[in-house]
Amino acid sequence: MKCVVGIDLGSTTTKAVLIDEEGRPLSRGITNSRSNYGVASAAALADARTAARFSFLERAIQGSTGVDSNEARAALPRLFEAFRLELHLDELTALRDAIHVELDRNLLRRVNKSVLGPAADLVIEDAKGEAPKLFAPGAERRSEFFRDLAAAAFIAGAEKLARKDGTPFEPLVGLFDRAILEVETRLRPRNEESLLRRGLSRVETAPVVRAILEVAIGRAVTEPLEEVAFAGTGYGRQTLPFPKPAVRSEILCHGRGAHRMYPGTRTVLDIGGQDTKGIQVDEHGVVTSFQMNDRCAAGCGRYLGYIADELGLGLHELGPLALQATRAVNINSTCTVFAGAELRERLSLGQKREDILAGLHRGIMLRAMSILARSGGVKNEFTFTGGVCRNAMAVKLLRGLIAESYGSDIVVNIDPDSIFMGALGAALYALDDLRAGHPQLLPTFEPTGMLPPPGMGGECANCESSHDSAHQHH
Amino acid sequence: MNTSSEKVTEKTEKRDDGDRDESQRRQKAMIGDHFDKLARAKEDGKKVVYTFVPGNLTELLGALDLLPVLPEINALQSGMRGRSGKYIAEAEKAGHSEDVCTYVKCDLGMLKSGNIGPTGQKLPPPDVLLLSYTGCFTFLKWFELLKQEYDCPVVMLHVPYQPDGEITDEMRKYVVDQLEREVIPALEKVAGKKLDMNELSRRLELSAKAEEDLVWVWESARNTPSPIDGYFGGVYYTGPIFSSFRGTDDATDYYKLLRGEIEGRIARGEGPTTPDGPMGKEKFRLVVEGPPNWTNFFDFWRMFSREGAVVVASTYTRVGGLYDRGFRHDPKKPLETLADYCLGCYTNLGLPTRVNLLEHYVKTYKADGFLINSVKSCNSFSVGQLLMLRELEKRTGVPGGFIESDLVDPRYFGKANIENRVQSYLQMLEARMSRGGDLGKATSGFAGILESAAAQAEGLVTLGRKS
Repeated sequence: MKCVVGIDLGSTTTKAVLIDEEGRPLSRGITNSRSNYGVASAAALADARTAARFSFLERAIQGSTGVDSNEARAALPRLFEAFRLELHLDELTALRDAIHVELDRNLLRRVNKSVLGPAADLVIEDAKGEAPKLFAPGAERRSEFFRDLAAAAFIAGAEKLARKDGTPFEPLVGLFDRAILEVETRLRPRNEESLLRRGLSRVETAPVVRAILEVAIGRAVTEPLEEVAFAGTGYGRQTLPFPKPAVRSEILCHGRGAHRMYPGTRTVLDIGGQDTKGIQVDEHGVVTSFQMNDRCAAGCGRYLGYIADELGLGLHELGPLALQATRAVNINSTCTVFAGAELRERLSLGQKREDILAGLHRGIMLRAMSILARSGGVKNEFTFTGGVCRNAMAVKLLRGLIAESYGSDIVVNIDPDSIFMGALGAALYALDDLRAGHPQLLPTFEPTGMLPPPGMGGECANCESSHDSAHQHH
Repeated sequence: MNTSSEKVTEKTEKRDDGDRDESQRRQKAMIGDHFDKLARAKEDGKKVVYTFVPGNLTELLGALDLLPVLPEINALQSGMRGRSGKYIAEAEKAGHSEDVCTYVKCDLGMLKSGNIGPTGQKLPPPDVLLLSYTGCFTFLKWFELLKQEYDCPVVMLHVPYQPDGEITDEMRKYVVDQLEREVIPALEKVAGKKLDMNELSRRLELSAKAEEDLVWVWESARNTPSPIDGYFGGVYYTGPIFSSFRGTDDATDYYKLLRGEIEGRIARGEGPTTPDGPMGKEKFRLVVEGPPNWTNFFDFWRMFSREGAVVVASTYTRVGGLYDRGFRHDPKKPLETLADYCLGCYTNLGLPTRVNLLEHYVKTYKADGFLINSVKSCNSFSVGQLLMLRELEKRTGVPGGFIESDLVDPRYFGKANIENRVQSYLQMLEARMSRGGDLGKATSGFAGILESAAAQAEGLVTLGRKS
């Protein structure tokens, strides 16, 4: 099947969407953005390709009848989780290898290599042993990104060892910090068939059901998936790893994507990590006007991240806590740093966290309302996108403010998957190019050498002594 | 001052248009000559007037043999030469707030740093400060500050605002009366000679000739492709007529030369000259409101020229006179014509008149879009610009764009942000011009679309289906 790719390289996450030649979304993938943009793009795309295989698998079984087929269908979620587990285990192996490369670079002569090597192996083995729990049915993972999961497991394992036999904690975690960079910025081919078959061996099921799944896997992985056009967008405009004709502005892509999701959309608000955008679109989803924050990113997603850190909370906990407020405290500072100081001051005065948080949320949404007003106001229908639309308090306040300023008959669309709107919009623009006869082809995301080549990271050809990573050559 | 640190923080931009056009070389020589004269003013016994571009009385000064210095032009030159950041810091050190107009601070900082002009020569102190336009309140304050620095008289011409876009007889008489009773006598005193009205008229006649050619240059942008860029390129074309050369043979010759060059470009079907040489294919025609940024002038220009965007008309290039709306200096009515010139500055017009003018430009020059560069420093320009944007969109159906920067404070030019907006804006124009997009489909939500796609996808053999 032929498909069209859109990638959105954001400041926090990188998203990829595949659509078919009719413009129907096939699948999407997401990863954390990292220093190597090419690898981030490739990783998000690999995720989207996998998701496409999953949907092929679903369709391969769909329509079949009988008890065995029903069981095969019911086993699919377990199979997909087992696939993710196998992938996670492979990544852990890659992490272990990277740690040994780091050790061989002789970075840490002060600490006995013979201590750290086996210790790291133990921690990784431990993490592998614990991994099935993370991917068990009904398990909740705090993050979908390998970096976060591996960091949590590694730190826990290193703490355990330190307590047990005094293995030095800092050097061990330092090893992880360097090795994870290597793992994250190296492209590794993903063999979906092998991962699926290994995953299947973990799924307990009757032989006849297994046979149906075996055949379905065979069909799903051999279904040709040909990427015939591409467009990319994202925050790092200057350094996007895409050829220039394939780059579309974020504003255009977010407008188009939101309109594709909710075709009645005429106004879009997107609050991302560091941008707040007010966008007006016409009946075709083409942007007619826009405004965005300039020079200052107070009131964007990172603002909430900072406040969450100040309070020692997870980002996802802010909204629900703020919803418990009985009154909103007025926060006077528009600057993120000053607002942090004001937050601490008000806490010390004995004001309740939820009331202060309600005030902070209100501050953010008022800024967004101002940008919307400058972009031409709110027209029916209104679609809210970006990471902040997952925050229930932000949504509640926004609904109220819109009803107050623009009337209560404005339809407000909010989709939990709206983080993919930029990538979806990019894919739709790529489809335009395809239909116009000048498709842009997917670039190869070669690692761009963000990491120094082996031998330059710590151990230097020119130096007699070894040294830590703070040492730099000029 | 540490010049090496200056190099690190502020780079002078590179450009390779150099002195491509003869007219540009000529203008450069004229400017060089003028600054030579200023540097020699004392030994030549010439008197020096500091004055502003809007409502400048250049013919009158010329007739009295006075040499003008234009602090705004010095400030923008400092911005282009990568010195404004240092000068502004100097002014802030002297107590001027971050919110003060950066032209003012740049000028004051330059003064404090030795008053070295754009050609590297020292500027002479003023013998008189002439404020002949009061539409900008900051100008008044600027000269109050200069008055503290220099022991010299200040002459002020109060110019009434044009709320309805019309100059009434009363307004004109009010300005002429001030010219006769206050401004001319005060300048005569400084010059040490009486004004020769014939000489003034002779100069006004030369002005009108140059103005005629300049209007022809502006209107050449009706061609497709436009042979000129009426904003970035336009600031060069306004140079002689807005500054010290109006009413001289030099200026008249310059515009004749420029017109010839542009006639040649039209005949050859060429677009304008850009910092990268001749412009490629014209893709977008724009009208721009607001002054340019000077610290990153060429970067800013390239954001347009490299995308095939040409500015067919701009309001900034009309701050020194709305010639293309019919005004010409009239040698037969010398004082009335000076009054009309001062009253007719673009920033002296009410918002409705400015919107009318922009609408006229969008329609006459067949623009695909219009863009507002809203600068932090200039209230005269920036107040009401969002209102103007909405009104223009309504009247013309052409999409507007909005960017924010500053005149000469390098801290207020966020290249990545501005580039993002300019590119987004141009891509938006492109998308609208090609009428891409999706008509509404009855689906809602990402998951919903995924499901419907899965249901509709064809070509997959299903397993276990028995017919």
